[in-house]
Amino acid sequence: MQVKVVMAKLGLDIHWRGALVVSRMLRDEGMEVVYLGNQFPEQIVDAAIQEGADVIGLSTLGGNHLTLGPKVVKIAQEKGVDALIIMGGVIPEDDIPLLQEAGIAEVFGPETRIESIAEFIRSKVKNSIA
Amino acid sequence: MEKLTEYFDTKDDVSLGKLLKEVENQTPISFEILKHSSMRKGKAHIVGITGPPGSGKSTLVSKLCKQLAAKNFDIGVVCIDPTSPFTQGALLGDRIRMQELAKTPNVFIKSLATRGNLGGLAASTADIVQVLDAYEKDIILIETVGVGQVELDVLGVADTVVLVNVPGLGDTLQTLKAGIMEIANLYVINQADRPGANESVKDLNMMVRESGKTDWKPPILKTMATKEEGIEDLIDQIFQHKNHLEISGIWKEKRQIRNIDRLNSMIQSLLSSKVEEYIKKEVVWQRKVQEVREGKADPFTVSHEIVNSLVNK
Ligand code: B12
Ligand SMILES: Nc1nc2c(ncn2[C@@H]2O[C@H](COP(=O)(O)OP(=O)(O)OP(=O)(O)O)[C@@H](O)[C@H]2O)c(=O)[nH]1
Ligand SMILES: [Mg+2]
Repeated sequence: MQVKVVMAKLGLDIHWRGALVVSRMLRDEGMEVVYLGNQFPEQIVDAAIQEGADVIGLSTLGGNHLTLGPKVVKIAQEKGVDALIIMGGVIPEDDIPLLQEAGIAEVFGPETRIESIAEFIRSKVKNSIA
Repeated sequence: MEKLTEYFDTKDDVSLGKLLKEVENQTPISFEILKHSSMRKGKAHIVGITGPPGSGKSTLVSKLCKQLAAKNFDIGVVCIDPTSPFTQGALLGDRIRMQELAKTPNVFIKSLATRGNLGGLAASTADIVQVLDAYEKDIILIETVGVGQVELDVLGVADTVVLVNVPGLGDTLQTLKAGIMEIANLYVINQADRPGANESVKDLNMMVRESGKTDWKPPILKTMATKEEGIEDLIDQIFQHKNHLEISGIWKEKRQIRNIDRLNSMIQSLLSSKVEEYIKKEVVWQRKVQEVREGKADPFTVSHEIVNSLVNK
């Protein structure tokens, strides 16, 4: 079964390069990536429901990770979505444990090796051939 | 997913999302889902939006949904993008043009990758549409991959086909003529804010007149999707075409043809797997197959022998 990822830029964050680079890379790793552009937590979860996403990817370089990131997790839980939620972008070291505590599975910073993201997804998403 | 009927009865997006995920991945349970939805389908108006890459299909779909949703229609959208033949991955980008629909409650969008299918749709498209139909969507919009000339699968699935072009395609129109030009029930020149729109309309007009169709003359419309202009007219014509289909009996006929096509394709795939099993079980046939492989027996005789033997059992 192919891994399906819903990728969003969180809130109004204007930085698009990282989200797109990661989307292309995951495609090249054999995954199906639905690119949403900018969306807020509730709409991101709705899209994940409609698309049947295995993974929700959040990209943020604008500093809204602590306010909006945990919201995505909370709404997903409320609506019964069990997708893996990961985040990337420019995120201060100190905030990462807080995000993980809130249910973000992993946070990937600017120096992330591209392959490690795909490896992480594969290790967490079951039934995947991708 | 034991209580399948509940998933159909609840009628919420979470249940629908789960059903579609099974069907998209053709899991064992999807067979039951399709069986169940098969008898509940048939009411939705299925509209295919096709045309060259970048002509504005997604933007149009977005505006169509916005206005249809305001009229209280319950809408399903299926967007198809190509799978990379090298990595089997796909980047499904149609939703970027539909961002403004995110807060519209009665629009449900499903993106599909072609997964090797060449006809402009994903192999699961008809099945996905069937489940949306059974889920009582009033109208289902299918955005095909950006097409060239031979991607005509949408014909088998849609009731109404809208072909979206852009201005200044004079020569291109001529080459398209051979294939997808003839399939459309409605022509749209989108990006009409760009030069050459009126000429394109004229070109199309000529072509439609040449085709000599009498029962339904495909209308030619100008739109500016980004500015949301011409959308009311397009909706109006889509409904007029639906009306035409119903009055002429084509609506009913199309559904009957789809039912029979489905029966036939199920029989075919069932038969070939039965034959495969049969050959695997019997040493005689394995030996025959080997002879065909080595050129010692001909495939015409042996295929008849195998199938006749199975049928006469
Ligand atoms: C280019 C840039 C811009 C461009 C954006 C255009 C574009 N290309 O996207 C412009 C000029 C528009 C811009 C604007 C702003 N920027 Co700026 N920008 C940058 C800059 C220089 C590079 C970003 C970039 O493209 N990197 C390249 C990509 C490939 O890397 P990446 O995004 O980090 O992605 C990698 C990983 O993070 C990860 N990743 C990213 N997303 C995801 C998602 C998932 C799911 C996963 C798994 C991984 C992942 O994988 C990628 C590959 O390794 C950074 C500095 C920096 N070093 O990051 C500042 C930076 C991000 N910007 C910053 C700021 C402050 C702003 C502004 C607020 C400035 C302002 N005051 O107006 C505005 C933002 C306005 C808004 N509403 O968002 C700050 C952010 C500070 C913070 N968060 O604490 C930075 C860090 C600069 C700084 N040192 O101060 N910016
Ligand atoms: N000028 C102008 N640009 C438009 C119009 N409609 C759409 N566009 C732009 O055309 C580009 C492509 O639009 P899409 O809606 O993504 O086109 P598409 O046919 O869905 O593209 P694919 O799915 O990639 O085949 C975008 O940049 C749109 O903003 C229009 O009426 N006028
Ligand atoms: Mg599109």
